[in-house]
Amino acid sequence: MDQERQGGMSRRDVIGTGAVTASILAIPNMAHAITDEAQAQSPQTVPVSLTVNGEPKQLMLDARTTLLDMMREHLKLTGSKKGCDHGQCGACTMIVNGRRINSCLSLAVMHDGDEVTTIEGVGAPGKLHPMQAAFLHHDGYQCGYCTPGQIVSAVAMLEEVKAGAPSFVSPDLEHVAYSDHEVRERMSGNICRCAAYPNIVAAIRDVHEGKTA
Amino acid sequence: MRAITYERATTARGAAQAASAHKGAKFIAGGTNLLDLAKLDIETPAHLIDVNRVPGLDRIEPTADGGLRIGATVRNADLAADRRVRRDYPVLSRALLAGASAQLRNKATTAGNLLQRTRCVYFYDTSKPCNKRVPGSGCSAIGGFSRTLAVVGVSDACIAHHPSDMAVAMRVLDAGVETVMPDGATRTIPIADFHTLPGKTPWIETTLRPNEFITAVVLPKPIGGHQAYTKVRDRASYAFALVSVASITGPGRQRFAFGGLAHKPWRVEAAEGLKGADAIADRVLAGARPTEQNRFKLALVHRTLDATLRGETA
Repeated sequence: MDQERQGGMSRRDVIGTGAVTASILAIPNMAHAITDEAQAQSPQTVPVSLTVNGEPKQLMLDARTTLLDMMREHLKLTGSKKGCDHGQCGACTMIVNGRRINSCLSLAVMHDGDEVTTIEGVGAPGKLHPMQAAFLHHDGYQCGYCTPGQIVSAVAMLEEVKAGAPSFVSPDLEHVAYSDHEVRERMSGNICRCAAYPNIVAAIRDVHEGKTA
Repeated sequence: MRAITYERATTARGAAQAASAHKGAKFIAGGTNLLDLAKLDIETPAHLIDVNRVPGLDRIEPTADGGLRIGATVRNADLAADRRVRRDYPVLSRALLAGASAQLRNKATTAGNLLQRTRCVYFYDTSKPCNKRVPGSGCSAIGGFSRTLAVVGVSDACIAHHPSDMAVAMRVLDAGVETVMPDGATRTIPIADFHTLPGKTPWIETTLRPNEFITAVVLPKPIGGHQAYTKVRDRASYAFALVSVASITGPGRQRFAFGGLAHKPWRVEAAEGLKGADAIADRVLAGARPTEQNRFKLALVHRTLDATLRGETA
């Protein structure tokens, strides 16, 4: 992380500040849209308590705040990316109560009491998760934007295979086995526009086989 | 997304009552379709009723007559992986697994999947007329980009298609949709009668009444046979069907339901006594009104059905 620091600010700090600025700039448009409508109403603020990467968090949020925006804008956990904001790219993938989901398509208030793991909770500099180490070893990325979502998704995906959950390409629904073909199908919800897919599949294979990168 | 108020329902009937008490109320479970549309100002809910914590709705239970009752909030991933579904209703597992991505299937629910909206690009484009989004505004798809849209059961007002894979399997299995009204009245709607054709009112997509709440989808007892779900799409995974076929075949009987063809899962029981892919497909497609862009779907139905009958169901 140290080499990322520039002038006393980390890249993450810069992104966090940028996000706050963007949300302030967006307010006039939003207010305009609301007052224009017959069904106009003030945003309802709701209490939300959940566990994020093992730590209890309590927030007061506009009811329409997504889980993704809660992490990025309110808790400054900017590892999860807002790629499409419509559940198409997978860059926002988080693990909620042990299951991977698109955090952009879920409201934070719906997760009151839940346990959420973001990429920041998967591993950290100096104590990388084996999946993070394997992505590094295999160059499982180019620009890196989709990488947090890929890694979080892959960690949860291996658990799904271990639990025997079938996929569309499983030849036998009742006896599921790991294969690269299975991985490509099961990871199709994570888009990589740089097309680092062969290296992503190789990284996941290493972790599945227990190889340390 | 517009401002909303939010509440959490604790009973199914309570959810229906809450809906009748709030103007612009919508039930939310997985949220994967509703929030997508709300962010684009296509759905404009004023009040969300979260039904995720209603006790019992997330369960899959055997019924007295040997079938399965699938709670409204059972996630697509859980339903596909359920041991009983994998063993006794494999066409349903396959159809579920053919849809969306793993992340979406972990969130999307049984009832929500039935209620998902069309993927017609003009429904999504708020700068264009769409009778489904703004009644009476016109249909941009007729004469527009229509490659993915319906070829049967269409009207002059709308040629949108129903995008679900799961619902196609439910149709071939003769499922029933259980509901509750605010006054506590319950009923079961046969899946064949649940989705509607666009006609002159394409914004009406089901026979649900206002504030009626889906509690479960019920499967009749298993009927065995060879079950398959064949899906043809523009890429190998995570894409909507151009044409799909849910099939149950065995000695002396066959059933087929189709996705990608209509405003609802398309099944023509009268075709199921015929022999051979071409005869069946011709009957299934009787009265088809394709556009120049989606005429290819007619040939695709013949070929997909032929592949299904020959056991090439990957």
